[in-house]
Amino acid sequence: MTQKNNNWNLSPAPESTGHISLKKHYGVFIAGEFRTPEHGNRFPSVNPSTGEVLAEITESSLEEVDQAVAAARAAYTAEWSKMGGKERGKYLYRLARMLQEKSREFAVIESLDGGKPIRESRDVDVPLAAAHLFYYAGWADKLSYAFPNRIPRPLGVAGQIIPWNFPLLMAAWKIAPALATGNTVVLKPAETTSLTALKLAELIQEAGFPPGVVNVVTGHGNVGASIVNHDDVDKVAFTGSTEVGKMIQKAIAGTSKRCTLELGGKAANIVFDDAAVDQAVEGIVNGIYFNQGHVCCAGSRLFVQESIHDELIEKLKRRMGTLIVGDPMDKNTDVGAINSQQQLATIEQYIEVGKQEGAEFYQPDCELPKVGFWCRPTLFTDVAQSNRIAQEEIFGPVLAVQTFRTIAEVIKKANNTPYGLSAGVWTDKGSKIFNMTSQMKAGVVWANTYNLFDPTSPFGGFKESGFGREGGLHGLSAYLEI
Amino acid sequence: MGEITVEESNKNSGKNDRLEVLKTYKMYIDGKFPRTESARYYQPVVNESSLGNVCLASRKDVRNAVVAARSAQAGWSRRTAYNRAQILYRIAEMLEGRSQQFSDELVRQGLDVETAESQVSESIDRLIYYAGWCDKYQQVFSAVNPVASSHFNFSTLEPVGVVFTVASRDCPLLGLVSLIAPVIASGNTCVVLASEKCPLSAVTFAEVLATSDVPEGVVNILTGRIEELKEHFSRHLDVNAIACDGLESGLITEIKEFASENIKRVKIYHQDWSNESAANPYLIQDFCEVKTTWHPIEQISESGASY
Repeated sequence: MTQKNNNWNLSPAPESTGHISLKKHYGVFIAGEFRTPEHGNRFPSVNPSTGEVLAEITESSLEEVDQAVAAARAAYTAEWSKMGGKERGKYLYRLARMLQEKSREFAVIESLDGGKPIRESRDVDVPLAAAHLFYYAGWADKLSYAFPNRIPRPLGVAGQIIPWNFPLLMAAWKIAPALATGNTVVLKPAETTSLTALKLAELIQEAGFPPGVVNVVTGHGNVGASIVNHDDVDKVAFTGSTEVGKMIQKAIAGTSKRCTLELGGKAANIVFDDAAVDQAVEGIVNGIYFNQGHVCCAGSRLFVQESIHDELIEKLKRRMGTLIVGDPMDKNTDVGAINSQQQLATIEQYIEVGKQEGAEFYQPDCELPKVGFWCRPTLFTDVAQSNRIAQEEIFGPVLAVQTFRTIAEVIKKANNTPYGLSAGVWTDKGSKIFNMTSQMKAGVVWANTYNLFDPTSPFGGFKESGFGREGGLHGLSAYLEI
Repeated sequence: MGEITVEESNKNSGKNDRLEVLKTYKMYIDGKFPRTESARYYQPVVNESSLGNVCLASRKDVRNAVVAARSAQAGWSRRTAYNRAQILYRIAEMLEGRSQQFSDELVRQGLDVETAESQVSESIDRLIYYAGWCDKYQQVFSAVNPVASSHFNFSTLEPVGVVFTVASRDCPLLGLVSLIAPVIASGNTCVVLASEKCPLSAVTFAEVLATSDVPEGVVNILTGRIEELKEHFSRHLDVNAIACDGLESGLITEIKEFASENIKRVKIYHQDWSNESAANPYLIQDFCEVKTTWHPIEQISESGASY
């Protein structure tokens, strides 16, 4: 059965936290400068793996939101919407390059602030953020080729609200297409992870962008609400929970604001008996334990064809036993810290619910650090379709396993959810892949792979996972009147 | 012809010594022509004369129509694009054969003869326009994405599902056809609420659909009052998208607020449908989802193809 192979214990390999520069306190970034509002309201940004305060962040008031929107409007009217696409593109190229130059600093701060393993910040978040800026930079002077028979025009001021799971990457996903298409931006990072967005603001300043093209206001949900409800915002782009997405859609119902929503998910990851099982196990682990499961497209529902269930679960448990949970700054770490105390409480509550509903619970018995917020990789087998852990988004490292016999059955179960963000299928048979990928109601479908992202590849959901796409040619239309 | 009212047609029939047979305007749900389950009616009035007794759809009718549309959706979207194109073309053929009837009916609903005739012709042409798009929009809007890893990655359009369509109030045939055609071209099914004040063309168009090889449930047509039905269709959890034409802003706000309960896609149009530019493939795209598929490409050294 599963056992920990002690020979695999690796020596600590911590990434140095030197050579990063963090201020004690961050103001808001408006019209090209950092401002410290007079009201002086601040909150701490905490390292979730140690509880240490990294910096104080400004809790913006309506005043700062007003100033940010006004700065964005002024920059839009006076300069950015009139600038040639080629020049706009060059600013974005410059920003992409400077982010690459400072990639280590951004990766370290991202892991300190959000708790994700340094390996992921270093190899996924930061390079992908730079790649997004680089990709959309190139579109800026080519927009007329993207929409046949149309003359695309920018929308104006875009209010962009991003989540805490991929703070820098989400900022880049939002800012890059907005700026490439000639819009200006008011960005609000999530309250637990504002630092890399503020560092990006410093980079925007350093890159010499015209003041007001990008503004960053920090704070809690009410700051986001002020942006959404601001009269002079033309476009709202939100990534976060379906619950908040619905509130936003309702709040702007009486306006002509354009909107894109990238919301929650409960993806089905489906493994057939003819799949390469070892590869599938890697894909399952990457699908649900990547970024501590704080991923909207996480493969949180695993469907295993009945005939290979026992073999696959045994291999999966063995693999889970090798996952290293702990210090995000250690380069060997696979699963880092849960982003906040609040999120840890949510996950733990769902684990209790799963047990109470009768599913079979499993966690490897790895050690956890004494301080900080942690959750072991978690597996529930014998899950029923009606169980809450199979229906609701947990946003943590918790996998719910169900079995199936036929394609018709698994399609029905997989699509039986209000969500439709992503899905996975594992089989060696090509025609089966196309059958599955065309029938699954999801915006991104991974076949024999999982959790891959690329700036050229449109990302976004069906049904209650939101509307609009980010990435690729299709991501442009979210910021253009066509 | 001019406007014919029930009274006038009675008089006319007196002249010809024959009582005219009046048409019962029923709804179109799941390929059948039921009356409203509520057994209620209303009398739209044009130029101070009644158009007749028209079904006043209820919440239950909306729900029945959505069930029909949902049941038909998978089958319709699995038809080949070529087959959907042929069926849309067939609708145009059937409409052409009955153009006089539609023209007369538009005149009864208040249009002058010239406008009525041109709107019938444009409606026929619009159907043919979208018939042509059925197997082409995918090539215009799809993409193979050059990802920076060893994967084959492509994005295609898929129908959003069930679309509730509030048809134009003032353009009873052309407005109706101009929204139904792009909605169903990609494989969506729809429930249409006909123009409240001019519902006759929609009901007669259902007869065209019923004889055009359109599978039952793909298009369902209700007559009734939007004020009464707005909440029922915009809150319905099995409706994926709403298309509205020419509504006032207060009503749009209410519909959008209700629609947020399950993140419906709401598309609002204020179009002059007789303008050629009102027909374009972007309307098809409005009711599609982008699906992106990834698959690894095996990398074996020294196996690269060459000439």
